[in-house]
Amino acid sequence: MANRIAEPPPPGAATPAPRASPIALLFKLGLPILAALLLIAIPSFLGDFRLGLAAKYLCLAFPAVAIVLIWGYGGILSLGQGIFFGLGGYMMAMFLKLEAAAQDNTGSALSQFYGSNLPDFMVWNSVEALPWWWLPFHHLWFTLGAIVIIPAVVAFALAYANFRKRVGGVYFSIITLALASIMAIVIIGQQGVTGGANGITDFKTFVGIDLDTESAKRGMYFTTVVLLLLSVLAGMFIIRSGFGKVLVAIRDREDRVRFSGYDPAMFKAFIFAVGAVISAIGGAMFTMQVGLASPSLVGIVPSIEMVIYAAVGGRLSLVGAVYGALIVGYAKTTFSENFAEHWFYFIGGLFILVTMFLPQGIAGLLDRFRASRDRN
Amino acid sequence: MTFDIFVMQAFNGLSLFTVLVLMALGLAIVFGLMGVINMAHGELMAMGAYTTYATAQLFAKFMPSFMGIYFLVGIVFAFAVTFIFGFLLERGLIRFLYQRPLDTMLATWGLSLVLQQVFRHLFGPKEVGVPTVSWLQGAWQVSGDIQLPLSRIFIVGLTLAVSVAVYLLLFKTRWGLRIRAVTQNRAMSGAAGINTERVDAMSFALGCGLAGIAGSSFTMLASTGPVTGQQYIVDTFIVVVFGGVESLLGTFASAFLIGQMQSTLEYLLSGSMAKATILLLVIVALYFRPNGLFAAKVRR
Repeated sequence: MANRIAEPPPPGAATPAPRASPIALLFKLGLPILAALLLIAIPSFLGDFRLGLAAKYLCLAFPAVAIVLIWGYGGILSLGQGIFFGLGGYMMAMFLKLEAAAQDNTGSALSQFYGSNLPDFMVWNSVEALPWWWLPFHHLWFTLGAIVIIPAVVAFALAYANFRKRVGGVYFSIITLALASIMAIVIIGQQGVTGGANGITDFKTFVGIDLDTESAKRGMYFTTVVLLLLSVLAGMFIIRSGFGKVLVAIRDREDRVRFSGYDPAMFKAFIFAVGAVISAIGGAMFTMQVGLASPSLVGIVPSIEMVIYAAVGGRLSLVGAVYGALIVGYAKTTFSENFAEHWFYFIGGLFILVTMFLPQGIAGLLDRFRASRDRN
Repeated sequence: MTFDIFVMQAFNGLSLFTVLVLMALGLAIVFGLMGVINMAHGELMAMGAYTTYATAQLFAKFMPSFMGIYFLVGIVFAFAVTFIFGFLLERGLIRFLYQRPLDTMLATWGLSLVLQQVFRHLFGPKEVGVPTVSWLQGAWQVSGDIQLPLSRIFIVGLTLAVSVAVYLLLFKTRWGLRIRAVTQNRAMSGAAGINTERVDAMSFALGCGLAGIAGSSFTMLASTGPVTGQQYIVDTFIVVVFGGVESLLGTFASAFLIGQMQSTLEYLLSGSMAKATILLLVIVALYFRPNGLFAAKVRR
């Protein structure tokens, strides 16, 4: 180190290209490698069942990517990412359910009685008319727009209001936690219009495409991967932009940035809204592929679990978050298939070990490994 | 609503208040005075409840004739077990994370999941209840329609006694003086010869011990299951934040307010919707008073 400072290379002299170690390459080509893995390797080697599982984990990678942006770079720990995942998921579920209800021939007798086709769970709960806020979800474009716009607006308003009042740090985490808890309670409590604890399920088609065919499943998988890669790309763009630099500065020294004339609340609220949109897209894809929107993906337990995906992969690594979601998701399936009772020990221990010994996750571990090799 | 129902409703609110206040007092010490977020606080309450249950089982097996006093012994045991656990937890985990409050949340959340599974292994997945001791059975017949169960009156008394004890400890003893000094200015306290690390460990252990007592009194109100603690953790945090994090009086007041509002709203709405409404009201209230009801001025 000392040598380098003492003897700067003469200007114009070509610095010898550092020998590219495999790990350095992994960092440089993180996104292309991920794309190759998800677009080529996984679909060609996994059977249809395992591919469906991979798709499910990849949907959970969306909130993990969002948490890297919000927490790793914004310094805001959101323990309520399930809110936005759930918003996206439920809006997609409403659209799919209305489409399923419209085709439901067995329900036609009931529909003549009620005047229009109602989703089955509403009939079971003797709800007699479609609530007004369900009506616009008959339309595909409204639904797709709402999946992006509603979480963004909600997240921005919530975050800006709190950050402007300088409620931050652990307080904001607790507020997001409480909101996640509220959302799960309301969904379970208002069974007639939300499907309650069972969630909304039993979809048939998406704009006429049968969701149960192999080709539809492959199509959904690739749609998910492309959307995920685009989210990671958008995240990289944000981090490398001037906005990202200010954001990191706010994370590290908020006061100094404020004194420099920036409005930190605006920056933090914006990144929180971006994270909300990414999570909502993941939620919508989850609903389509798993065929279920359920309060079990909204409340505090799943919301905090999403943080561990990001933490395992590395809180500063967008690509790492995807691997984190894949690894933890795969572990969850393995545990529940073989020794379900030890799952809590595993995930609990993971929370403790990662925060204690691996605060930068797998990406940080590789980075440290690379640094030690470069030194030698 | 009639007067009788109002009184019963208010008393129900008081019972909820007692659990909230005991939980929240412990959390207020850990979170408010030390700035540590312990997401496993609910599981420490469950640990206290299970300790009380285990005490009841031991008494029933070996000393049936002393069954009348098992509950008092159970409270002491619950405090002791959670106090010791809290001490070890602080030394073994929390102290490495003081500079990283957000990471503390995640690590203690992990701990809470592990503890839940330990409870499941030791006591089974079903909820367990304890027998009510003979001298707490029955109710105090105030008037024709108003009955106040003795066990609940006992819990209210216990809560008041514990609250007074905590107040005296913090404001009238040398030990409390040290805790407050470290809270207000850590570096100066250290310079003045206070062993700040020891103060940290002891205050954390005390907060955990209070959660244990909360668990003990909880067994009188409901049965205990592995996820009992998780159901109360959000409420407790909200109580502490709403009360003003550095203020024990605020914690007391906000637990009272939230307990009463919840029992009143439960009369009007369903139980879960009442809870959601209250959480939402508190979040809105926090927007207008970000530092809580009773904000204390503390030098950081």
